[in-house]
Amino acid sequence: MPYISNTDRDRREMFDKIGVKDFDELIQAIPEKFRVKGGLKLDKAMSELEITNKIKSQTCKNLSCGSVNSFLGAGVYDHFIPAAVDSIVSRPEFYSAYTPYQAEVSQGTLQFIYEYQTMICELTGMEIANASMYDGASAVAEAILMAVRKNKREKAILPATLNPEFVKVIKAYTEGVGIELLTVPSKGGVIDLQALKGMMDESIGSVVLQSPNFFGNLEDVHLFSEIVHSSEGCLLIAAVDPISLTILNAPAEYDADIVVGEGQALGNSMYMGGPLFGFFATKLNMARQMPGRIVGGTLDIEGKRAFALTLQAREQHIRRAKATSNICSNQSLCTLAATVYMSLMGREGLKEVAIQSAQKAHYLADELAKVPGISLRYQAPFFKEFVIQTPLPAAEIIEKMLPRGIYAGVKVGKNELMIAVTEKKQKAEMDEYVKAMQEVSNV
Amino acid sequence: MSKSIFEHSSPGCKGVGLPPRDTDIPLDKIIPQKYHRQSAARLPEVSKLDVMRHYIELSHKNHFIEKGLYPLGSCTMKYNPKIHEVLARHSCFTNLHPYQPESTMQGALELLYELQEDLAEISGMAAVTLQPSAGAQGEFTGIKIIEAYHKAKGNTHKTKIIIPDSAHGTNPATCHLVGYDVVELKSDAQGRCDIAHLKELVDENTAGFMLTNPNTLGLFETHIEEIAEIMHSVDALIYMDGANMNALLGIVQPGKIGFDIIHYNVHKTLSTPHGGGGPGAGPVGVVEKLLPFLPVPMISKDADGYHLDYSHEKTSIGKVHTFYGNFAVLLRAYIYVKMLGAEGLRRVSENAIINANYLMAILKDYYHIQHLEHCMHEFVADGTRQKKANGVSTLDIAKRILDKGFHAPTVYFPLIIPEAMMIEPTETESLASLDAFATAMIEIAQEAKENPDLLHGAPYTTPVRRVDDVRAVKQLDPIFKIEE
Repeated sequence: MPYISNTDRDRREMFDKIGVKDFDELIQAIPEKFRVKGGLKLDKAMSELEITNKIKSQTCKNLSCGSVNSFLGAGVYDHFIPAAVDSIVSRPEFYSAYTPYQAEVSQGTLQFIYEYQTMICELTGMEIANASMYDGASAVAEAILMAVRKNKREKAILPATLNPEFVKVIKAYTEGVGIELLTVPSKGGVIDLQALKGMMDESIGSVVLQSPNFFGNLEDVHLFSEIVHSSEGCLLIAAVDPISLTILNAPAEYDADIVVGEGQALGNSMYMGGPLFGFFATKLNMARQMPGRIVGGTLDIEGKRAFALTLQAREQHIRRAKATSNICSNQSLCTLAATVYMSLMGREGLKEVAIQSAQKAHYLADELAKVPGISLRYQAPFFKEFVIQTPLPAAEIIEKMLPRGIYAGVKVGKNELMIAVTEKKQKAEMDEYVKAMQEVSNV
Repeated sequence: MSKSIFEHSSPGCKGVGLPPRDTDIPLDKIIPQKYHRQSAARLPEVSKLDVMRHYIELSHKNHFIEKGLYPLGSCTMKYNPKIHEVLARHSCFTNLHPYQPESTMQGALELLYELQEDLAEISGMAAVTLQPSAGAQGEFTGIKIIEAYHKAKGNTHKTKIIIPDSAHGTNPATCHLVGYDVVELKSDAQGRCDIAHLKELVDENTAGFMLTNPNTLGLFETHIEEIAEIMHSVDALIYMDGANMNALLGIVQPGKIGFDIIHYNVHKTLSTPHGGGGPGAGPVGVVEKLLPFLPVPMISKDADGYHLDYSHEKTSIGKVHTFYGNFAVLLRAYIYVKMLGAEGLRRVSENAIINANYLMAILKDYYHIQHLEHCMHEFVADGTRQKKANGVSTLDIAKRILDKGFHAPTVYFPLIIPEAMMIEPTETESLASLDAFATAMIEIAQEAKENPDLLHGAPYTTPVRRVDDVRAVKQLDPIFKIEE
């Protein structure tokens, strides 16, 4: 039997010690009528060889981004991942370890989380970060809930340029507890700041800003922040692409109060969108309102430097119904990948990732704009993702590009296609994309 | 102690480089100056070998399953099959984008569809969503479904959810997150739900009941039929926290005995790695009448193949994850279920139960155990005897266990047992390994009598000695101070 070490002889020895004659005697507490009769209806058990063959045959039914020319983004990005990342993450010392509650035998996990928290604070300019949330979406939702704990105001403004999948998750997290969500409209692919100004009053507890926003455009973060903070006590929640932060304003530079985002782009595979991880950072004066686990430096009884989970009195296992969140397991191993990735790429390397992504995206946008019938949908500055206006319905373009081995992008409107470019794209692949686009849209 | 990665940093040092730029447009030309970052993010600058050495050094400071037993009650630290790791890393899975055309990810969707079906069968539910990212998010999804059910029925007066005092902290925290009041139910002398108290608590305002079964004392909740009757009489739903589902595989299907909703913790029951705290996955199963409320999308199948199905979006609770859940984790759970089959899964639960009872039979002579009847997959011993006679606390015992090469049990939980040590060996431990752990526990009981100070000072052999977690709170130090 797979994964069970005890033999039938062992079982008999154990029954003797326990003082029962068979297994049934051990489960007398379960009334007979509750028990499964005739076994579960599942496929016959497979051996390791059989499951390997089965999985291999399944993988052939997928056409992964590794074998096509993909321009998909919209929240999950195909950035380069150095081989050394997986070499660390696939060590059982990390992946088969438990949550580091017993600090003395978990210093490896605790220290990498401490380093991760430091790196997130470096990128965002914040003072404290937690050990992760499930994804960018739940991180924004938890940030809104935290803002309510802080200033007791139950209205939050979401930007119309926010990732629409985030909006769905935020709704699920906030509707039951009476938080009212308002939406500030956009104009030209970025938030209409006049409209935002008009919506601000003292009942607004927090405003979410996403930049680069869902459409890839850069919001005017400084003006946005000024408007939000003109209302005393209102908190600015910035949702950001961590890759962008090596070249674009750190959220602390425009005085964001809580900074969150999707972290997958940092060294994690796309995996059809999961696991992802959300990062969550803020200022020290809000540390006790934060959701999730936090690691802190401390000493052992001999005065040696050590790490431990800290501020646990916020968490569900201590505070129960009054906890700041119900989160228990987070996305720890994904943050290990991010930490090793950031260490390997380093200060200059991560900046180069951002620069090359931006350069290539702009190259492609310029070339596409030359194709008859295609134009850039927005004039706003963008980072690594942009929207084009297409002469044919976007769905048709996606379908026609597929047999050419191209994932053309994500449809964001009937004739609007969103295109993402990372540093992995070669010029030749982009030229091929432009050529194919010429062909399919020339009807 | 290990240096931090920042202390390995040396200006100009690079781990991994990129190819030269092939579209070199100056940054100022494409992104206006006002958006540019003012001061650099001070990430470390370290060579590849030094990065590797650093994280390998850190890895040596962890306890992990392949190193030694983890008797963590309710957390179920069992062996993580290596074949899962190999197959899940196939590039045709790692490189899938969630927005690829459906026709290009049929293989992945088929696996998810089959897992939905298998988990529905194992739990006896009508259908299962794979979307929640972890057990606690599964709970959130389940309680949102309770909320949606009552909303659809116009049950506006339903404001409270009843939870036993032995429950995991996530249960009350989840109810609070959804907006319900939490009412605590007492346990009876047998360590099970106090039915008389339950009858007092239940009224028209009761929206639901959350019950862990087997409960956190490792005991099967025998009165489930009566509980279901009481709850359903006021149109309240019963949620089963499936944290301990690993005790019931092929033995009990919760959906067939009165439960309306259940979540799995795949990193417990289905042997996906804990990852040092995640990622997990928390699939949720529901009975027929709750199908309209499941999150979108579900994975469906028709003559054309497999689909991301949003058809019930109007009645659904919406989404709890940006995309479709933790696919890479679910993939491992799929392989586990397929390799074990019905008989193998039942054997998992049988051996989990036998192993726990065997340890209890040995340890009951050395430690106080409140509920001595046969347990399911775990039992709760406690340190009250040692505390009273020798002034040794459960924390001291736990730290001493680390010296013996094992992880500590779950301690001080459940809250209703003073000085609790919740012990779950799991089915993957051998008889020899159980004996070794029992011997260590017996030695510690002896040490507590003869030399309590030895235990007060433990651990001695770990990478650091006992860690001052009060200082970690009082002198909060959440990030490394980078000096340049």
